[in-house]
Amino acid sequence: MHPTDFTLRGALDALTEGTISSVELTQAHLDGIAKLNPRLNAYVTVTAEKALAAAKASDERRAAGQVGALEGIPLAIKDLFCTAGTRTTAGSRILDSFVPPYESTVSQKLLDDGAVFLGKANLDEFAMGSSNTTSASGPVENPWSRANDPDTRLVPGGSSGGSAAAVAARLALGATATDTGGSIRQPAAFCGIAGIKPTYGRCSRFGIVAFASSLDQAGPVARTVEDCAILLKSMAGFDPKDSTSADLPVPDFARACERGVKGLRIGVPKEYRLDGMAPEIVALWEQGLQWLRDAGAETVEISLPHAKYALPTYYIVAPAEASSNLARYDGVRFGMRVTEPGSDLRDLYERTRAAGFGAEVRRRIMIGTYVLSAGYYDAYYLKAQKVRALIRRDFENAYADVDAIVTPATPSAAFGMDEKQDDPVAMYLNDIFTVTANLAGLPGLAVPAGLDAQGLPLGLQVIGRAFDEETVFAVGRALERAAGFSALPRLRAGA
Amino acid sequence: MSLDTATIRRIASLARIRLDDSEVEQAQAEINGILGWIEQLQEVDTDGVEPMAGGSPVAQAKARLRPDAVTDGGQADAILANAPDRQGEYFGVPKVVE
Repeated sequence: MHPTDFTLRGALDALTEGTISSVELTQAHLDGIAKLNPRLNAYVTVTAEKALAAAKASDERRAAGQVGALEGIPLAIKDLFCTAGTRTTAGSRILDSFVPPYESTVSQKLLDDGAVFLGKANLDEFAMGSSNTTSASGPVENPWSRANDPDTRLVPGGSSGGSAAAVAARLALGATATDTGGSIRQPAAFCGIAGIKPTYGRCSRFGIVAFASSLDQAGPVARTVEDCAILLKSMAGFDPKDSTSADLPVPDFARACERGVKGLRIGVPKEYRLDGMAPEIVALWEQGLQWLRDAGAETVEISLPHAKYALPTYYIVAPAEASSNLARYDGVRFGMRVTEPGSDLRDLYERTRAAGFGAEVRRRIMIGTYVLSAGYYDAYYLKAQKVRALIRRDFENAYADVDAIVTPATPSAAFGMDEKQDDPVAMYLNDIFTVTANLAGLPGLAVPAGLDAQGLPLGLQVIGRAFDEETVFAVGRALERAAGFSALPRLRAGA
Repeated sequence: MSLDTATIRRIASLARIRLDDSEVEQAQAEINGILGWIEQLQEVDTDGVEPMAGGSPVAQAKARLRPDAVTDGGQADAILANAPDRQGEYFGVPKVVE
């Protein structure tokens, strides 16, 4: 077996048994990166020397009997997490040369548990996008391709496209990601892997470049549900440096995976049966529900009457918060600066921000600035926060009757790099099934569940109650077991 | 509601993003497209609904207070390490006061 074919769980077992070392495991992944990253562009920065030194230190700790929960496991870190001494770009020109002097809480927790960082994963600029085509470091390619059309290069989804592509192509055993409207779950589904956005407050946001603070959550992507559970256990936990961090114990998520679904009531939102939905997506959804019934769960139709307003609500709240958060990029304290001879301070701000931000980021800052501007705040932002309260209430009502909700993860499989790029609203519709969980703050897991007619992966989504990731993992694992998803992308290490 | 070019210029100015004349029309079309789509929220009856504040899934999550004490500081070099124009212990900017 090639070392890059291990699951994270399998690699931990092999390291424990001594059949492989962290240095060997890390080197195999670095070899895969050297071979495939020039094409996939999944990594923005590869920290090969640091990774090998960390792997060697991990092997020494293991030999001395000090074994962390992720001891020696090579991971990719989305380039939105600040990493001390390693450039962190957020996929933006404006942070092109930014080297954080501090470490994000989530990445520090992974280091504390013995993980090895291979490098920083590509992403849409400031995590704004659903295709990973807005990165200043160039687009990421999905390692999958259509069976009947292998030459059309597909997007990996976004914004965590580099994380998802790296894990799918076996260039990391797992990766950190973030999800503001679907940025973990949509790329996971497009790349045939699993990914969970936990409950808002479960993972600290300290040291993660902010996009929309009331929606942003960190989470893992990995090739199995159990691997996600192992990673989330390490990433999660209370952090006094994040005022919205939840002061709650972190359960043993991996153990919850094997709970089974017998007796669970699974909600099926009728509003998610969209007009014109691809028949393959409808069929996969039905199949998933049947798998759960076969495993002893009961499926129940529920109603989320305000779900259809989720995307327009999101496209007020997220740009508004982004326009505030991104005000810090002023060309003065860090990041790039652009001036002309004779520029005054205002001109410095305006030139720096015009040159430093890409088109999608500029567009969202302007929308956000408008909806927050004097005279329009009530009509837009306040209205959206009221609709958001109704969306959360819809879920509260549903969870009086069901334990979890199952939906498709995305309205389609991965699309071509040149498709859907002209119309922002068409691009935004990618998040139609995922964005409600961000607005309501709830956990959502994407699980690979099947292939479309062209051989591309499709995912299902499990949405849970607040802070009940355990049930989400149990349902996700049951779907994963029944689906037996074993297809592989064409581009992958060791192939 | 459709925004005119003057409003687009005003938003760009508020956002401190330089917008060349050639970029105004495209920005106008894109922003109006998005705002037109967002407009559907006006049909939702939100009378008497308390707006959500923050992202917590638990209604009325309480803000935590910590002791009002200094916990950090004395890190001028780390703070200035990424400055585009460092002047001693200060960030340099173009002359602001004549």
